[in-house]
Amino acid sequence: MDAVLGQLFAGLSLGSVLLLAALGLALTFGQMGVINMAHGEFMMAGAYTAYVAQNVIADAGVALILAIPLGFVVGGVMGVVLEATLIRRMYLRPLDTLLVTWGVALILQQVARDVFGAPNVDVRAPSWLSGSVDLGITQVPAARLFILGLAVVAVTGLALVLTKTALGRRIRAVVQNRDLAETAGVSTRATDRLTFFIGSGLAGIAGVALTLLGSTGPTLGSNYIVDAFLVVVAGGVGQIKGTVIAAFGLGLLQAGIEYSTTASLAKVAVFALVVVFLQARPQGIFSVRTRSLA
Amino acid sequence: MRRELGALIGFAVGALALLVLAPALLSDFRLSLLGKFVCYAIVAVGIGLAWGRGGMLTLGQGVFFGLGAYVMAMHLKLADAGPSGVPDFMKLYGSGEVPGWWEPFRSPVVTVIGVIAIPSLVALGLGAAVFRRRVRGAYFAILSQALAAAFAILLVGQHATIGGTNGLNGFRSFFGFALYDPVNKRMLFYIAASTLLVVLAIAWQLYRSRFGELLMAVRDQEERVRFLGYDPANIKIVAYVVAAAMAGVAGALFVPIVGIISPASVGVVPSIAFLIGVAIGGRSTLFGPAVGAIVVAWAQTTLSESFPSFWIYFQGALFLLVVAFLPSGLSTVASLRRRTREAT
Repeated sequence: MDAVLGQLFAGLSLGSVLLLAALGLALTFGQMGVINMAHGEFMMAGAYTAYVAQNVIADAGVALILAIPLGFVVGGVMGVVLEATLIRRMYLRPLDTLLVTWGVALILQQVARDVFGAPNVDVRAPSWLSGSVDLGITQVPAARLFILGLAVVAVTGLALVLTKTALGRRIRAVVQNRDLAETAGVSTRATDRLTFFIGSGLAGIAGVALTLLGSTGPTLGSNYIVDAFLVVVAGGVGQIKGTVIAAFGLGLLQAGIEYSTTASLAKVAVFALVVVFLQARPQGIFSVRTRSLA
Repeated sequence: MRRELGALIGFAVGALALLVLAPALLSDFRLSLLGKFVCYAIVAVGIGLAWGRGGMLTLGQGVFFGLGAYVMAMHLKLADAGPSGVPDFMKLYGSGEVPGWWEPFRSPVVTVIGVIAIPSLVALGLGAAVFRRRVRGAYFAILSQALAAAFAILLVGQHATIGGTNGLNGFRSFFGFALYDPVNKRMLFYIAASTLLVVLAIAWQLYRSRFGELLMAVRDQEERVRFLGYDPANIKIVAYVVAAAMAGVAGALFVPIVGIISPASVGVVPSIAFLIGVAIGGRSTLFGPAVGAIVVAWAQTTLSESFPSFWIYFQGALFLLVVAFLPSGLSTVASLRRRTREAT
């Protein structure tokens, strides 16, 4: 029983990490149809933000709490710069954007290697996150519980922004029909830029969270980017709930299969299941219905 | 007519450069290096077919390259071990017994068929599943990349049966020819170079055919092709399978030339790296992808020897600048020149 509960929590925890990584991607991919391969490097930037914060501020707890908004801003600013300089020019060529941002990702990784050194660095977890928490039925690591909470907060925050604010209304309008939104007076340019800021900022937060799980290195983001994209594909674009379900679904699947076989076989099985799943729902779990053929 | 002539001249120049000039001018070491680049060029021709002509951004060619390579490597290992012998690394890490799924590759015939058939079948499976359901564009790109990630992870996890992170290496002979003999190494180069020319000829004939026209039509206006009564899925699957088979053959040649195959040359990063030469050479041209792949691989070897960190910046910048500003690669420059000449 304990083992099953432990595995269940492992799945939820993996799901929350995937969710944090994929949330921003789902947003930018859903709205603009561009694949940002540098998303993982924005996560890496968030993680190094946490590392720098800890070197400046002695108290690990304060540094971590401060690093979350800082990571958001660092990721967001990098995203806006990328959008304004490159992606903006390439909206009509989404597949090429993938390769261009891959080039950006390579450069950013090398910058990290040159600035922080190739070996991984470690961010100390504050004392209140280093132990484990007794949930009555099972013991769970506090850091993982914190990340789960952070993912819930991020999703709720994003959902509130999308449903309750004027910006959210504009974003949804652009996702559903870009031309019609433009005609109705929505500045799609400004909306795109803000979406990119939020989406990349979420990557920064994900990076801060990842420092609690392991050490930070230049390839931190690229380890997660493929899984994060798989979540977006399985979840369908344009709606957060698809991403949430897909992230936890894949996390639980991975942990569940891992329990009975090995981690590497679980990865392959999850990939195969996603392909099979797309047979049934080629557009993912949820998709915005349009009349367009493409 | 002029295009036919251009292609024929291209073949003549390619054959002269690869089969006559290179072996005459290069040292054994450099020639073997060029042989490795020629393997990359074979993969690039396939990518040109799938991506340049078919619009399918395949980020997982490393999988097919790896399948071909591992099939060949397994055969070489078994051949080195002798009849009913056990490859050295299995004695070291494994149970000391050859797994059942290795056995068929003792036969050279099965190996040669497997090098082409296994990547083709995997591509057929994924292609049929994906293209029939009209999953395309970015979704296909992501799935092909996830396939590469899953494949590399699977290989790393199987230490006892397929060498894990170390991969398979230390081959002594290639179908009975000792690999330490420089003459046989030269022979391998000739095989690889001739294969590249054959693969290019296949691509040329495909591009000239009705199929080639349809493939480009699917790339540009998939729905219109559907409305004309063709099934775009079939056209795409054929192109994808041919590209996979080319990558498999390249992998199989890579193994005896380079002497090692490991998960590091089949995962996500090498799979994307295959694309850069194609993008630079001109993705939809006949010779561009192959020439681009060789030039980029050569530049990488030269530059990363002396400035490893600079090469990564350079590679990133190449991706960025070429794809963003020269979408047809350096061949754009040539066609621009032709256009200005015709205008004047």
